[in-house]
Amino acid sequence: MQTSLTINGETRQLDLDPRTSLLDALRHHLGLTGSKKGCDHGQCGACTVLINGRRVNACLSLLCMHEGDEVVPIEGLGQPGALSPMQQAFVEKDGYQCGYCTPGQICSATAMLEEIAQGWPSHVTADLEARPELTTEEISERMSGNLCRCSAYPNIVDAIRKAAGETA
Amino acid sequence: MTEQFKMDAPATDRRLDGMAQGLVGAPLDRPEGPLKVSGTATYADEYRLENLAHGMLVRAPGNSGRVRLANRDAVAAMPGVLAVIHDPRLLRNPAQGTANKAPVQDANEAHYLGQPVALVVAESFEHARHAAHALKIELEGGTPRPVDPETAAIEPQSSKGLDQGDLDRAMTEAVHAVDVTYRTPSHSSAPMEPHASIAQWDGENLTLRGSYQMLKYNRNELADALGIHPDRVRILAPYVGGGFGSKLGLAPEAVAAAIAAKETGRPVSVALTRPQVFETTMRRSETRQRIRLAADAEGRLAGIGQAALVSNLPGEVFAEPVLQATHFLYAGENRRLSLDLARVHRLCAGSVRAPGEAVGITVLECAMDELAEAAGIDPVELRRRNIPEKDPESGKEFSSRRFREALDSGAEAFGWSDRPATRSRREGEWWIGYGMASAARVNVLMESRARVTLAPDGSAKVETDMTDIGTGTYAILGQIAGEMLGLPRDRVEVVLGDTDLPPASGSGGSWGAASSGTSVYVACQAIRAQLAERLGVAETELTLKDGQAVFDNRTETLAEILKGDEIAKEGHVLPGDTSKAVRQATFGAYFVEVAVNGVTGETRVRRMHGSFAAGRILNAKTARSQCLGGMIFGIGMALTEELAFDDRDGHVANHNLAEYHIPVNADVPQITVELLEERDDWASPLQAKGIGELGICGAAGAIVNAIHNATGVRVRDFPATLDKVIAGL
Repeated sequence: MQTSLTINGETRQLDLDPRTSLLDALRHHLGLTGSKKGCDHGQCGACTVLINGRRVNACLSLLCMHEGDEVVPIEGLGQPGALSPMQQAFVEKDGYQCGYCTPGQICSATAMLEEIAQGWPSHVTADLEARPELTTEEISERMSGNLCRCSAYPNIVDAIRKAAGETA
Repeated sequence: MTEQFKMDAPATDRRLDGMAQGLVGAPLDRPEGPLKVSGTATYADEYRLENLAHGMLVRAPGNSGRVRLANRDAVAAMPGVLAVIHDPRLLRNPAQGTANKAPVQDANEAHYLGQPVALVVAESFEHARHAAHALKIELEGGTPRPVDPETAAIEPQSSKGLDQGDLDRAMTEAVHAVDVTYRTPSHSSAPMEPHASIAQWDGENLTLRGSYQMLKYNRNELADALGIHPDRVRILAPYVGGGFGSKLGLAPEAVAAAIAAKETGRPVSVALTRPQVFETTMRRSETRQRIRLAADAEGRLAGIGQAALVSNLPGEVFAEPVLQATHFLYAGENRRLSLDLARVHRLCAGSVRAPGEAVGITVLECAMDELAEAAGIDPVELRRRNIPEKDPESGKEFSSRRFREALDSGAEAFGWSDRPATRSRREGEWWIGYGMASAARVNVLMESRARVTLAPDGSAKVETDMTDIGTGTYAILGQIAGEMLGLPRDRVEVVLGDTDLPPASGSGGSWGAASSGTSVYVACQAIRAQLAERLGVAETELTLKDGQAVFDNRTETLAEILKGDEIAKEGHVLPGDTSKAVRQATFGAYFVEVAVNGVTGETRVRRMHGSFAAGRILNAKTARSQCLGGMIFGIGMALTEELAFDDRDGHVANHNLAEYHIPVNADVPQITVELLEERDDWASPLQAKGIGELGICGAAGAIVNAIHNATGVRVRDFPATLDKVIAGL
């Protein structure tokens, strides 16, 4: 099945089995293995990529649903030598251990800061009318769709705070 | 070429303290960090080899009977299918850690529901998945088999137990006594990277890209399973997406991939699905533990009893070593410790982060909290009063033990003195309470080898088949080599995870850093000796820093000394007499504040602190992360984690991450960790001990104890879910 979409700014034309998930298209057919398969169920967040700027679990989405979309997986955020502020903050704050959930955490965190900037409330936002603040509680709540079994959560929160400070 | 070092005497020279580079202990970033954060570190199932085929395992639908593939031919004819493998060499379950030989191999009889009995291989992942779902497995002639440890046949593990003095009498004579039974459920390691292997044959030689923790053992296990010589097997695992024990031993997907690759003549990738990770890797055994504590009026222990029941599959020798640290943590002349193993047809039980102490010390620490309450003594003070002078069973000295300091320093840092009386502090609908527990974990040094090469330009390379499963091996081995050779961190390259390199201890049992680190240290010592010889000075007079040697008031660069030569040395460490001469262990203390909802019974961990002593810390940043990880595993154990087994056939009822609840970010506060300064001369010449598991060895107890302080409710059946808490409110 023919699908045309933009990946990391490059237009790609793919002709794949219609059952192919966006995640498997990236990993098996485009050589972009930075997006991880942790569960293939939308339960762990390791496959999180940005689609038209929003965070999405790539395992829960078929490639053929993304005609014309702009997809940015982790490789598009920055590479060694030119890391994004969020990637750099994860290194400095040790916001990972084994590294397997990390690309998903970073894609998720990158989009999450944008959601806060746009004023989206979360479950822990007290005042739905007010602009949410970047508290530890807000970050933890909004990052809870990304599991980390090494349990780097406190460091992930620190890394996001650091990256937010730099980009603010 | 190879420098051998056997740990027969305490290393009192503490050479690392006299080095000049200042790398060891420093909180340096992981050198592989930029690869991990950019998605360019390559894990097992990420090699897109030419002509790669995909395999999907198919499980037994029951725990008994002969396996029959009912529609094998029809599945083999499905689109894209290359082969349907049903081979007697398939593994029934993974090998235990350090087994070094294949586990039970049996694809013809079902032993537990979830056992992999066939592999469907196809052109694409989509074809393989579809065909695997279509393959119908029938079990013929099965009989009901025991799945409940409470009623199954028992095998006493007498070599693990002890009966010293007269515990019954001590209990009768005690002023304060506790006799309680706790239960902990099975746990899953649940690493974020599902187990995966890509097998590729070149003639009779097999290369396996796998997700494994202990490559030198895994290589022998794979060769044994296939019936080939280990020389024909190479395993590559440069990056491993978490293990926590579940990737210690060779697992079914590796053998299946190897057989399929041979049969199809193509490289084959087999990755477990997340449900398969829950059903076919390793579980931590559930435990039933009866604890008896007999104390005098001041809370001094006269007796300790721990009687544990654990379980495993028939044919497996592993029995969760629940008693491991109870043997030495507290004083008490009268001691009765026993371990029983029930044979059940649930998935295999094996190592999950800190086998033994994770559940054994957690439950002991809950019972100690009950004793503190009964005796009216502060829980920290109760622990302080029961620190034994020497090992209470063997009479051996402790190698190093800053246990009392961890208790005191942790209590101070946390603000323990502000602990409320039981069920006395309320904020709105939340009850607030503090809890604490001790931490203890045995320490082990294992045989390990590494090669260090000092190049003519004065840069160094460390090579070993050691793994980094998130533990920080890339970081610390480079720091040790840089420290010893006087090189900035970026002048040392570390190459890991390849069985063509000198065989290491592997990552497990918290022994990886000290064991593989010592092999690097030994190799570097030999290089230093050779440099000193070239300069005609004693090695101990040589100061190496920033690529230069300083001696006799002179300075030369390494390049000048090497004169175009390279120096390559292999370090080989063996455990020795110090393992037996003293009791070696790591210690610590946890402090927790919880809020328990008075209406719903929900528990929130609001603050958590750990103080730990584990010998010399090799990298303060990665060591702290290891402690955080362990403590957060403890949060899961205390509040949410439980493998639920079906009573009828023993299958895992919650085989995915939406039903097996590991902690998420919102469950975890900004935990604080204190690493106490310590040198353990008996443990290794680095004076370092293990730290990867210490963080979980009692942590869940501190949380459950805090729930009691908040609410007055004792939960003796882990995890402390809402229903159990609210029942007592």
